[in-house]
Parts: sequence; C-alpha cells; structure tokens
Amino acid sequence: MSIEDRVTKIVIEQLGVKEEEVKSEASFVDDLGADSLDTVELVMALEEEFDTEIPDDEAEKITTVQSAVDYIKAHAE
Amino acid sequence: MSKRRVVVTGMGMLSPLGNNVESSWANLLEGKSGVDLITHFDTTNFGTKFAAMVKDLDTADYIERKEAKKMDLFIQYGIIAAIQAIRDSGIEITEENAYRIGVAIGSGIGGLGLIEENHTKLMNSGPRKLSPFFVPSTIINMISGHLSIMYGLKGPNISITTACTTGVHNIGQAARMIAYGDADVMVAGGAEKASTQLGIGGFGAARALSSRNDDPQAASRPWDKDRDGFVLGDGAGVMVVEDYEHAKARGAKIYAEIVGFGMSGDAYHMTSPPADGDGAARSMLNAINDAQINPEQIGYINAHGTSTPTGDKAETAAVKRVFGHHAGKVMVSSSKSMIGHLLGAAGSVESIITAMSLVDQKVSPTINLDNPDEGCDLDYVPHVARDVQLEYALCNSFGFGGTNGTLLFKKM
Repeated sequence: MSIEDRVTKIVIEQLGVKEEEVKSEASFVDDLGADSLDTVELVMALEEEFDTEIPDDEAEKITTVQSAVDYIKAHAE
Repeated sequence: MSKRRVVVTGMGMLSPLGNNVESSWANLLEGKSGVDLITHFDTTNFGTKFAAMVKDLDTADYIERKEAKKMDLFIQYGIIAAIQAIRDSGIEITEENAYRIGVAIGSGIGGLGLIEENHTKLMNSGPRKLSPFFVPSTIINMISGHLSIMYGLKGPNISITTACTTGVHNIGQAARMIAYGDADVMVAGGAEKASTQLGIGGFGAARALSSRNDDPQAASRPWDKDRDGFVLGDGAGVMVVEDYEHAKARGAKIYAEIVGFGMSGDAYHMTSPPADGDGAARSMLNAINDAQINPEQIGYINAHGTSTPTGDKAETAAVKRVFGHHAGKVMVSSSKSMIGHLLGAAGSVESIITAMSLVDQKVSPTINLDNPDEGCDLDYVPHVARDVQLEYALCNSFGFGGTNGTLLFKKM
C-alpha cells in the first residue's frame, strides 16, 4: 500500500469520515471535523503506523492530508 | 416555598437481563439469571470467574463509532440508557426549555477498563503513548457532559458518586432540584462497567464477591444461608424525572411519583454496615417522613439485598426496626439475585424496577433463596414473581463508606 493510501486509511479510521472526503488538500479541522484532541490522536496513529516519532513542533504543522503525507515521505520509512 | 411534585416520565435501561426496560423487566418477572462466566479476560488467577454482563449490545445503534472510541464502556452504557429514557419521555428539547432541563448521572467507579489499558501503555511505551482522550474517556461526570452536548441540555449538570448508592442519590437529588425549582426536567441515574480485571480483582481482594465458580447463576442468593458474597453486574439505568405540572401540561405518560427521598450515614466502617442496620433504618425513615405517610402504607421494598453475609442481615434488621409489627407483611425482594450488583447503576436500575412494580402491579422475585438464613424471616418473595396491589414502594441502596439512600415511589 502506498504512503498516501496508508495515511488515508488512518484518517478514515481516526476521524470517522468517508474515503471520498479525504482529499489531499483537506484540512483535518476545517474540512474533516477534527478538534484539537482528535489531531493529537491522529498524529499518534501516524507515529504507530510508520514507526516514527513526530516532535510536537512538527506535529503542529501537520494540518492537512497532504502535509501528513509529505512529513512521512521526508522523515519515515 | 411549597415543594413541587415530581414524577417519572421516561425510563431507559441496559442490564444483564436485557438492553431495554421492557426485556429486562420481563426476564426479571420470569426469575431468570443474567450471570455468566467471564470470557473477556483470562480469569485463571482470579478467585471469582463470573459476573453479570451486558450482552449483545451494538453501541453503534446509539453512538457514532468515532465518538464511542472516546468513551469507556460505562459512559456508553449511561448514554444509551439516557437516550432510551429521553425518547421514552417524549420530551421535546427547544431553545426555550433547554435551560430548565439538566442531567444528574453518576457512576460508582468510572472508567476502570480504559484506566487499565492506558496504564499498560504507560508502563510499556511511556507517557507519549497515552491517548489524549484518556482523561475525558474515564472520568465519572462525562455521561452528564456528553448528554448535555448531544441534546443541548443547559440546566444543572452534575454527577453524584457514592459507591453503590450512586443511582439512588442522583435520582433523589434530581427530584429535589425539581421540587426546589432549579429545573423542570432532569435526566438522572447511574452507570457502571466494573467487570474488568481491577474490578473483579479488587472486590475479590476485599472479600466482597461470591466465588461459587461451579454454579455462577446460583451465586447471588440474598438472605440464603449459603450466600458467600455479591456478584458484580454491569449496566445502566436512567429516569427522566419531571415537575408534575410540567408533565401534565405536555400530556406526558407518567410511570410513578417520587414522593420521598431519604439519606443517612453509618459512621461505622469502610465496607460493612452495623449489624442493627441503624443507617439503613434511618435512611428509610427519612424517606417515609419526607413523604409524610405511614410505614404501613408501603407494600414493597426493592431491597439493597446484595447477598453478602453481613449486609443482608443488617437490612433485615433495619426493615424490622422501621416497620415493627408490619415488617412481616411488606414484600422485600432483591433484583440482585438475578442481575447481580450494578454498583453505581444498582440504585437507578432498581428504581426503574420499583416503578415497574407499581405500574404493572407485579413484584419480581428473589431467586436462589432456598434456605433463609437464621434471622432472615421477612417475606422475600422467593423464586416466583407475584401479582400484587401496591400503592407505595421503597427502593434501598447502601454503599461503601456507609452511605445510604432510599427513594419512595407512589403509584399514579
């Protein structure tokens, strides 16, 4: 499975949204209904899936599906 | 200020005998047991290997999966029972009345299951792996919190926690709030999911649980001479209680009136009542005095009746002290013989059972009562339900710490 697909799967699972809503430019808070605690948990799920640790100052920048994919591509695997 | 009358207009329940009031009540009248061997964790090293669990529940019927993930099961149970009660009451929540509708739902212990899970994460992987929802998914007042958010209920929002008296205290105080004028409608009760490793292990260590592992459905046997402790139960009971005039004006169906509420403290021991049932007796008397009726008018007591050696005798002594020569005429039965001890949900589930007794004019039995213990000589309604004529009925709850509560219901 590609990184994009794995991220999409986690977003669907964590935020309880439909696959077609998870567009690359979608914002977790503004488009996908996440609150601040949801985004903390989402980042934890990404850490788990990609076996990495995302520092808090980096985690704050992960606000869209694309930014999550970009971070993983740059730092993990 | 004159007290306003308070009535019950909605009821919801999850119990070991059914996932709503109707099925639970039907099974109680048939004298069924909801006790089973525990299969959700390995009980090899536990002295007690059984409990009375909620079964075949699909929480997705009531709560979105994404939201349910942020709630310990006790919270989900409480919310589901409350949704049932609110729907049953037919109350319509509007911008105008939202400020006059509140919530008072508690739990004896709270989110033991997720506390265990997160502690394991902490030990194995460190604090960074703790869920951001750990705290709000386990604290006791979150049933009240979630419900206020779900329904926009802006009245009083509280959760009383008094161990096994939690359910009665929440309903009683909710009724007082209505009588006093703080609210017109309160969604009140208790919820519990303590059949976890810490719950079973902890109550086992306190020597409170039955260990009749070879025959779990016979383990809860209040007043029987072979009783050896209580059976832990899971579930939730929630009542919609309402100002009588408010209920009448909207044409609500009314199950029963709450005419009396009494409380007391034992000032005796952490986990045992005094042998003479002093605190229990004063709790019942306070409820009877609150209603300004005579004990002789009461036909039924839904007892605390946990199946512990000391508790059952103390409650019997208390009934004799309160009712005197009438004690032999009042029916006293224990729902816990069938559904186990639901701790913080016990008093609210049993309040609903008491109300149903008044509605249907039937009393559910005490099962497993084969040989009454010495001194246990009241009419405990053994084995078989009864058709009765009832005007008033009491519901007792007594908790660790020596905290007692009694509700007095009247037929409408």
